[in-house]
Amino acid sequence: MLRWIVWRDLMLAWRRRSDILSTVFFFVIVVSLFPLGIGPETQLLRSIAPGVVWVAALLASMLSLGRLFANDYQDGTLEQLLLTPQPLYLVVLGKVLAHWIIAEIPLVLIAPLVGVQFDLSRETLWILFVSLLLGTPVLSLIGSVGAALTLGLRGGGVLISILILPLYIPALIFGAGAVEASIIGISPAANIYLLGAFAIVSLIFSPFATAAALRISLE
Amino acid sequence: MNIYKYASPATFYPVAGKMIPWFAIPAAILFVAGLYVGFFIAPTDFQQGDAYRIMFIHVPAAWMGMFLYVLMAIYAGVGWAFNARLSSMMASAIAVTGAMFTLLSLVTGAFWGKPTWGTWWVWDARMTSTLILLFLYAGFISLQAAIDDPRRADRAGAVLALVGVINVPIIYFSVQWWNTLHQGATIRILGKPSIAPPMLAAMLIMLAACWLYSVAVVLVRLRCIILEREQNASRFAEVNV
Repeated sequence: MLRWIVWRDLMLAWRRRSDILSTVFFFVIVVSLFPLGIGPETQLLRSIAPGVVWVAALLASMLSLGRLFANDYQDGTLEQLLLTPQPLYLVVLGKVLAHWIIAEIPLVLIAPLVGVQFDLSRETLWILFVSLLLGTPVLSLIGSVGAALTLGLRGGGVLISILILPLYIPALIFGAGAVEASIIGISPAANIYLLGAFAIVSLIFSPFATAAALRISLE
Repeated sequence: MNIYKYASPATFYPVAGKMIPWFAIPAAILFVAGLYVGFFIAPTDFQQGDAYRIMFIHVPAAWMGMFLYVLMAIYAGVGWAFNARLSSMMASAIAVTGAMFTLLSLVTGAFWGKPTWGTWWVWDARMTSTLILLFLYAGFISLQAAIDDPRRADRAGAVLALVGVINVPIIYFSVQWWNTLHQGATIRILGKPSIAPPMLAAMLIMLAACWLYSVAVVLVRLRCIILEREQNASRFAEVNV
């Protein structure tokens, strides 16, 4: 069931490749705007890089979250998925996993390249990659709660940001903190572990919340 | 006596109406008493001068902001789990008061910070987490406002509030971690001076006043919500006109 859902979502996303690309471009453009707004001093850019890349990743995931359930909701597939005898937890987990692969993995892969713009060292780029790899599942997981709650509402896109961005704060702090620690030359391990712990907690709890929210939105 | 009958909005509506003065009047008296003690009896702080007196509203407001969020989540959760409409209405009624107190604590904190620290805002761990708390309230209120169907609004709000309550401790500790990493403990709110008894008394009186005020205002708002939602019930035909 899980595999089927993931496969189906991946196929659907593959047929609409432009959606994936637009999220990636959004991420790259937002990150590139900061040097233009702040100025090209290397020292300054290096110190803001972790925050800028991470905040851009949060905003980019806001863009793609609206689509997480919306298409299935509109054509009625979601209703059928709710009726299947399989636990809704698995359905949600599958959709979140697919969202992570479609929308977040490209960001994680391109982030080191973007980091080069900010003159980060090799190790720091590696930490940036690891922190995003651990942190982006949190964005998909917690974001899915917001996506399920705002399903079919007016102004869902803005609303989801208000609901979800405050809940992302721990991921932002730990993720950007790890990169920052690596820049100033101390061990990023503590932040990485905390980020991992936060990812596990959200993996355990948020599919339940999303499943509950889906039932509420679709009754 | 069956207390569950008061879980019906129609039964609770008149009861709430009778309860309001019992909270509102003591609240007013205690506010006056607390302000009197705070302004005239409590001694001037030798370090902070008279500016510290804003604490008498700031500290209770900050406490109320936090308590009310948890209380709101409990009411919302109970309303969702047991399908109790009144409980969900209570959660919506609490949200606005909680957000108001949180905002009040931020604003009064800024007023206190300007003369004491020389700046309106510091990215202190507590201030930051209070700001985030305000965002969480904003999310809850705007989610409920965006949903037209009141039952769906109640349940969606409950999910959000419960997720928020699980997240609040994590946010709090992450912010504290972040703050110590960045700038170290430069400033401590109320650097643990042994607080003078009149100061403590004023603080506690103000806290009690804020609690009573919250109950009264929440009940008033609850009555409005009941009227709004149950306007088609024949019971309220005469109230509605």
